[in-house]
Amino acid sequence: MGSKNRMKKKLQKALIKTVLLITGVLFCAPVLFLLSGSIMSRYELNQSLLPLMTGQEELITWVFFPRYPTFEHYMRILFQTPQFFVVFWNSMKMVCLILAGQFFIAVPAAWAFAVYSFRGRKFLFTLYIVLMLMPFQVTMLSSYLVLNRLEMLNTHGAIILPAVFSAFPVFLIYRDFCNLPKGLIEAARIDGAREWTIFCRIGLPLASGGILSAGVLGFLEYWSLIEQPLAFLEDQTLWPLSLYLPEIGPEQAGYSFVAAVITLIPAVFVFLTGREYLEQGITASAVKG
Amino acid sequence: MWKRLRRKSPKGRQSIWQSEKTDGTAGRISDEIKRIFVLNRKERRGSSGRKSAVWTAFLLPSFLGVTVFVLIPFLDVVRRSFVTAVTQEWAGINNYRNVFENQAFRLAIHNTVRFTAVCLPLLIGLGLFLAAFLSRLKQIQFIKSLYLFPLAMPAATVVLIWKMLFSKQGFLNGALILPGVLPEGTLLDFMGTGASFWVLVFSYVWKNLGYTMVLWLAGIFAVPYDMSEAARVDGASERQVFWKVIFPNLKSSLYTITVLSFLNSFKVFREAYLVAGSYPHEDMYLLQHLFNNWFVNLELDKMAAAAVCVGTVLFLIILLLQKLWKV
Repeated sequence: MGSKNRMKKKLQKALIKTVLLITGVLFCAPVLFLLSGSIMSRYELNQSLLPLMTGQEELITWVFFPRYPTFEHYMRILFQTPQFFVVFWNSMKMVCLILAGQFFIAVPAAWAFAVYSFRGRKFLFTLYIVLMLMPFQVTMLSSYLVLNRLEMLNTHGAIILPAVFSAFPVFLIYRDFCNLPKGLIEAARIDGAREWTIFCRIGLPLASGGILSAGVLGFLEYWSLIEQPLAFLEDQTLWPLSLYLPEIGPEQAGYSFVAAVITLIPAVFVFLTGREYLEQGITASAVKG
Repeated sequence: MWKRLRRKSPKGRQSIWQSEKTDGTAGRISDEIKRIFVLNRKERRGSSGRKSAVWTAFLLPSFLGVTVFVLIPFLDVVRRSFVTAVTQEWAGINNYRNVFENQAFRLAIHNTVRFTAVCLPLLIGLGLFLAAFLSRLKQIQFIKSLYLFPLAMPAATVVLIWKMLFSKQGFLNGALILPGVLPEGTLLDFMGTGASFWVLVFSYVWKNLGYTMVLWLAGIFAVPYDMSEAARVDGASERQVFWKVIFPNLKSSLYTITVLSFLNSFKVFREAYLVAGSYPHEDMYLLQHLFNNWFVNLELDKMAAAAVCVGTVLFLIILLLQKLWKV
């Protein structure tokens, strides 16, 4: 292989990398808008977004480094807007309870599918996969009917309970349990371990990757829930952030930017700390079993 | 050449091979042990029924929940699709006929089909394109993260940005006027016209490209490295290696990527609803809008019939894809 050829290849790779990097940064550009908007003074915001508010036929402008950076909007949201906290904790409460519930319900179910062979296992598992694949449009009415019967409409339970029994984490964690060597479980049984002990001592630690993947994917999904609360929560004080944010009009742009940034923080935190598991989760959902 | 081979040969793959091997032997050994000891013990204790009780205990909470929250109500939905909404009298296929004759339903189906037909090939193709290039580079973690990031951005946080980009006074118009694509003084409203459909397409691709790319990358890396390296040694170009060696092995990835992208396409309602509300431009009117509007008006009979139809069609499509691509 000539050195000229190798040089050319290297150059080509560098070029590909640069192009991919630039597009990637463009993909994340919305964050830059949000960050710069959140520290822009009210006057500056008004100036750049005025056409958007008045409907004038003029283009809006934007500077990524505000001339007079200020934290006034942050201060306002943190100290003068109690309703924002209500909404924020609504979101937190729902997501945390959903994930906790999924942990206690989905992990044992995945264990049952992966470890035991019983009659109807295949049928049940196929049923779970079909349920996992059904979008909200299909299950909306059935959820409504049961929530109505249980008198849970317009409570957080209406969002939490159906999500807790979602089939998706079962499927994801099932993949990890399947990778456990069968011999390990058998050996533990022979040593006299009870089934519950095997599950806690062997199953849980070895499948922690899959459980975390389900957690990360779940967090990102439920943190931006729109359809369910829109349909089942009438009372605005019960709304999650994802519904409340768009209600803030463009005349309150500063407030809106800060609210968006604060909404983004937990999601980005989970994304960055769980990035590895996120990727695992994505690929695990792909490998069909 | 050798040095490169050794450096690039991924460690993970080897360990997978090894673990598979040990799995196999461990499994065989444990089978032996089981035959000798476990059966013995079972006879001694006479508790062959215990094991069956155990899986029930693990599965029962989940299964009960699914039954109560999904299965029983869905059967009720199927029943309701054949009766009238208020009096619950038998209506035969009237509800179905109403749904299919409904203009809004036709519009929503038309838009959904159009959206999928445009988005799926676009997303899957772009994802493969990116993954093919990315798989050749080293240290791609950072780039991967950049493309995955939109997944972490809740739809609600980008609403304002989308408004700044696509409204009449937005940056897109600015970007089009500057090089003279649009004449000065004509501002297009991308949200309130047919162009809103393309805003939706853009949102969907933006959100899901990283996801698709990661899936493709997993598929590409699952192709044994020796195969592509052998082709390279034989003098194949990178392009030939990709199309002749790697691509034919990606069939099962294609199936799962198609199914997942297809199902994710139903979530684009979030962006549509957030930027345009309950009654958007007709090119953006999706099934979920229709369901929501029926829901508000309590037209449960139509909802039931439509839910059964959509569910059945989705189920058939997934089966069909599986038949087509199952390897």
